[in-house]
Amino acid sequence: MAKRVLVIEDEPNITEAISFILSRDGWTVHTHADGASAADRVRRAPPDLVILDIMLPGRSGLDILRDLRASPETAAVPVMMLTARGQSRDRDLALSLGADRFMTKPFSNAEVLENVRTLVAG
Amino acid sequence: MARSALAGSRIRARRLDRGLAQADLARAAGISASYLNLIEHNRRRIGGRLLNRIAAELEVEPAVLSQGAGRPLLDQLAAAAAAPGSEAEEDRAEAFAEAFPGWAALVARQAARVGELEGRVAALTDRLAHDPRLATSLHELISAVTSIRSTASILVGADDLDRDWQERFHRNIHDDSLRLADASRELARRLEPVEGAAASPAEALAQFLDRTDHHVAALEGPEPAATPAEVAAGVPGIGPPAAQRLATAWLSRYAADARALPLTEFGAAARETGYDPAALARRFGAPLAAVLRRLAALPPGEGHPPTGLAVCDGAGALLQLKTAPGFVLPRAGPGCPLWPLYQALGQPGRAIRAAVALPGDAPRLLVYAVAEPVAPAAFGGPVLTEAVMLVLTDPPPGLDPPAPVGIACRICPRRRCPARREPSVLPEDDGEARGHAL
Repeated sequence: MAKRVLVIEDEPNITEAISFILSRDGWTVHTHADGASAADRVRRAPPDLVILDIMLPGRSGLDILRDLRASPETAAVPVMMLTARGQSRDRDLALSLGADRFMTKPFSNAEVLENVRTLVAG
Repeated sequence: MARSALAGSRIRARRLDRGLAQADLARAAGISASYLNLIEHNRRRIGGRLLNRIAAELEVEPAVLSQGAGRPLLDQLAAAAAAPGSEAEEDRAEAFAEAFPGWAALVARQAARVGELEGRVAALTDRLAHDPRLATSLHELISAVTSIRSTASILVGADDLDRDWQERFHRNIHDDSLRLADASRELARRLEPVEGAAASPAEALAQFLDRTDHHVAALEGPEPAATPAEVAAGVPGIGPPAAQRLATAWLSRYAADARALPLTEFGAAARETGYDPAALARRFGAPLAAVLRRLAALPPGEGHPPTGLAVCDGAGALLQLKTAPGFVLPRAGPGCPLWPLYQALGQPGRAIRAAVALPGDAPRLLVYAVAEPVAPAAFGGPVLTEAVMLVLTDPPPGLDPPAPVGIACRICPRRRCPARREPSVLPEDDGEARGHAL
């Protein structure tokens, strides 16, 4: 059965590109664009990996990450953070909250694939 | 400047510059060396023919010895010397200004320019860190680039992409390229420096008012030539609509003052009362703060005396500053809290009239200050207070001894000042050294 990835990102074209490359690599991809309801969505059906943008409408990706780590059913789900802000304090904060990877936009497709494979395999 | 602002100090500095021994100058001037020593240490007054003889020996105009270089230039040089790491010989500033007036003016101008540019850098740094519109523009730009990069990689790398996906990704790239163009234009517009532009709307308004000597002719008269909003829109470098609204609010108050205290009648009454704010407030039934603002807005060149004005908010931040000969406050950063402007803030509603003087032999100034609420009272709302201070640089005789004030601690020689909050870079004041108050 194909592994499931949930992409939480509000930019539709970025979501579409990530979905396309992951689908062609054999992953089942689900998408979600709203920050406020994102944690509930993950809890309802925990995927094998979450790709989570930091700047989301409704709620920050960092707050969502904090929720996921505090919830027993989602605490162990691997999370890869995306951000357009490359400041080290964002990276440090995300990693201290339990993020497994941190990618700064603009990233390459190869980077996305490599990180996803590593996180789910690991 | 106090230590060198006395004639004796200037004679000494000039003599040393020329390499003359005290005894030689004394002999040439027809006095004893010990008497010249007393003069040079400001223990004997000098004037008349003796001053002329010494000036001739030192090859300088007598007025240069008796009055020194212009105080505004000396104040600017003191501010320049206060820069961190400066090793400028503070006690030679006046000699420098007199010997090389062109160079001294250049140093003063360049120091002012450095200060202005530093202020602009600080403002831009602050914007980069905290301006949400700039952050939004940057986020939009990076998002578009990310999308284009991923999508273009897919198009280049997937040979077997079916036609529907190809068309879809081409459309996405096209849309994102338009977004990228808009975002980059917006970002460039926000970051592009404009030569000569003001660092902030407040600075733009200040530059505009300085050019008009704080008199806005277009808002005067029974039928003003323009509305406050029209004047605000014409202020060079005023910036976005929000900044124009702030300028409009300020100019609207000017217009209201002009209606309540019409220029012709007010100007005539000001002359008649000897520029007495209290008498003018009674005659026109106007708040004292409005009278003080109006006196500072009297047009130059119509025989009115020179005036300075400072307006600050409850936090002490200067909202308006009209400098005048012998009167200056730092536009940015903390000024001397001894000015009646700040004293008035602590006692709203109390009118203050005081003679003050900057250190040294600076001319006496007559100041009037009052603090008043600026917004209509509202139940539970914040209390906003504004202090206004009018400065008359040519006061009538018979004033009380002046209270000491300064420009800012770093360039003030009054070591024992109770309001001091940081060390001075200047040597001790002559007056203080001789045991005078402050």
